[in-house]
Amino acid sequence: MSKVIKIKRGLDIKLKGSAEKVIVDAGQSGFYAVKPPDFLGITPKLLVKPGREVKTGTPLFYDKHQPSVLFVSPVTGTVSAVNRGARRRILEVVVQVADSQVYEPLRKADPRGLSSEEITEQILHAGLWPAIIQRPYGIIAEPGTRPRSVFISGFDSVPLGPDYELILRDEKDSFAAGIEALKKLTDGSVHLGLPAGATASKVYDRLEGVSVHYFTGPHPAGNVGIQIHHVAPINKGEVVWTVSPQHVALIGRTFLLGHLDPTWIVAVAGSMISRPRYFRTLMGTGVQPLLHKNLREGEVSPRVISGNVLTGTSVGTEGYLGFYDSLLSVIPEGDHYELFGWAMPGLKKFSASRAFFSYLQPRREWDLDTNLHGGQRAFVLSGQYEKVLPMDILPVQLLKSILAEDIDKMEQLGIYEVVEEDMALCEFVCTSKIEVQEILRQGLDILRKEMS
Amino acid sequence: MKANHLRKLVDRIKPPFEKGGKLGMFLSTFEAFETFLFTPKTVTVKGTHIRDSIDMKRTMGIVVLATLPALIFGMLNVGYWHYQAVGELVPFWSWQGVWFGFLKVFPIIVVSYVVGLGIEFGVAQVRGHEVNEGYLVTGMLIPLILPVDTPLWMVALAVAFTVVFGKEVFGGTGMNIFNPALLARVFLFFAFPAYMSGDRVWIAGMIKGHGIVDGFSGATPLAEAAAHHIDKMPGAMDMFLGITPGSIGETSTVAILIGAAILIYTGIASWKIMISGIAGALLMGGLLNIFGGDNPYFAIPFWQHLIMGGFAFGIVFMATDPVSAAQTEKGKWIYGFLVGFMAILIRVLNPAFPEGVMLAILLMNVFAPLIDHYVVQANIRRRLKRVKTVTPMKS
Repeated sequence: MSKVIKIKRGLDIKLKGSAEKVIVDAGQSGFYAVKPPDFLGITPKLLVKPGREVKTGTPLFYDKHQPSVLFVSPVTGTVSAVNRGARRRILEVVVQVADSQVYEPLRKADPRGLSSEEITEQILHAGLWPAIIQRPYGIIAEPGTRPRSVFISGFDSVPLGPDYELILRDEKDSFAAGIEALKKLTDGSVHLGLPAGATASKVYDRLEGVSVHYFTGPHPAGNVGIQIHHVAPINKGEVVWTVSPQHVALIGRTFLLGHLDPTWIVAVAGSMISRPRYFRTLMGTGVQPLLHKNLREGEVSPRVISGNVLTGTSVGTEGYLGFYDSLLSVIPEGDHYELFGWAMPGLKKFSASRAFFSYLQPRREWDLDTNLHGGQRAFVLSGQYEKVLPMDILPVQLLKSILAEDIDKMEQLGIYEVVEEDMALCEFVCTSKIEVQEILRQGLDILRKEMS
Repeated sequence: MKANHLRKLVDRIKPPFEKGGKLGMFLSTFEAFETFLFTPKTVTVKGTHIRDSIDMKRTMGIVVLATLPALIFGMLNVGYWHYQAVGELVPFWSWQGVWFGFLKVFPIIVVSYVVGLGIEFGVAQVRGHEVNEGYLVTGMLIPLILPVDTPLWMVALAVAFTVVFGKEVFGGTGMNIFNPALLARVFLFFAFPAYMSGDRVWIAGMIKGHGIVDGFSGATPLAEAAAHHIDKMPGAMDMFLGITPGSIGETSTVAILIGAAILIYTGIASWKIMISGIAGALLMGGLLNIFGGDNPYFAIPFWQHLIMGGFAFGIVFMATDPVSAAQTEKGKWIYGFLVGFMAILIRVLNPAFPEGVMLAILLMNVFAPLIDHYVVQANIRRRLKRVKTVTPMKS
């Protein structure tokens, strides 16, 4: 199955500050954290208190709804704080790192020789089960169940997206081991989506028993949801599991080494970064060492986003990297007024429409800030979302059925196939500044409650 | 820096208008003027961190820009035909003509915006919302589809009718069923027919009749065609350029085409509706040519309908109103085609309505949700069929 799938709709947003393709070691962070809000739909139950000594891989909390899903410490040290927010919701479990690292022991074996139960057990104990996301809903997969298939997108088309060829260049064996482990968890195939022209990949070639698909076209061609839609769309009742490439390698490493190795490579990019590069660090690192002597000084304050500019979370300069994020995007805040801004020719204003003269510079890199550019309005224009959603789904009708809480319509219109990242571009281009991703999440939550 | 001084001034006078302040009841109005001057400094809080620079104000502003060629031409036309009717033969491009036209047209525009925006501001304040920009376009479209001598009080009445019953009653911008500008026009058409049709309403001064040259006819090309006076119709070039009597903005196909180009290029109006509308009209015109027999109206060349009457204006500025048109991409082709088809059908076959475009669009506004419904059903059925064809073997 090596034909190229052309993604025709979408939008590439070229931002300034893409990371140079070098990896350097990050400074040591004093603190590392695991953040329950990273994981959709879980209710954390703590297993530790501040002061407790932990090793790398010691469970910190588990999910109340699925107690076998553990969330573990990425470093050896002492639990320093459990930070809570409104209504005592746990925001962060923070560990102060010790000088030497000790690991919780796991099984060291070739996944090809293990049963699916043994593999599931290993991944759960390693605290890496949360890396496996299920569709529909985009929540952590249910251990013990078997999905129709497993999909991995080998590339990221988001603005400033990290290059996985670079991140995994020394991880070929780990990645292959991870693939072997995942193969055992499904009776269907493991699919890998790659950019067309990646036939000379060092990491991804000669993987056995994997269906490879090649994609060209603008973002969201790298989104696993889009790739699934074009290869084997999810129907009602079907479940597909997805894992990010770096997590696949991490899973593989636990089998090769016999313990959790939390080494994590993150691209630090964006126009507010002086030297955008890739940093080698550990999972859950504080972002301070990544920003140290790396932030542009000036009048404008930075927005530090764990993840990409379309779907990431704002963590601030003292926050921690999210579990799923191989990218830290830092862009300027846009809290400024502009006189007659809406009437200006707009050479510097990026738009998907041709309503500004910025379209005269197609090859330019843009320094976009966080300004909303308008106030929220009702749905007025039509045809905008369809231009950036390469799926056979009617986006506005789907969103309206969610707002009307019409469960049958939501199902019929294909809500099972999408999660927020697939419709993030719709939110970007929306003239009426409608909160598309939030509405979609509400719909998915309504449906999940209905189905349980 | 002047912008900074202005911003500081606005910031200084803002506090009493904020919620709970002494003038808090005027917050929506204050914010409307504030956001007209300054794009807001709100940053993204949820969802995507970056946003497209486009907003409603920019979009509406570009649509108004697209109507300007038709507006300017309309003023020239009003002046030219007035002087023709009273026997002073000024050339088309004259300062005297355009000044006359300006004096006639400008008050209608002022009344339209003052009454319309006044009601919109009031409703927004009562609801506690920001003022929506929808009326910025409707306010310009309404004068352009009226006969030049429409009394100002009638304009005000029609504007009030359409803003209240055509828009706000349904929930405001984005919720209306009918095209608001056409609703104003149709209100006047049925309430005050003597001022909306006939041979004397299209040229300034003819209703009063002072000083009109003997035997001068103010009939539009459509009226002449309907009365089978084919020989009295202006030539095709005159109709294309727009040097004919008619409502203020509808006569010049050239000026409208410039507007269409702006709208299509910026991606703001749907080219699908425009193209399929033209196709529908051409088909109907062609059918009339083939099956027309002796009737000279049926025999008008099928393409000529595009440059006569309000067809061009309707298909470019009215049928493309995104809220009242079909909202699915496939639905737009069907919707546009039926608008064009029905417009020519009503125009030629129905003696009561010399112009069919307005009614065709309002009719299709009613059917647009039905068209969309079938497109949605087709999408749903495609998805269900997939479930059935997935075999028990896993993929």
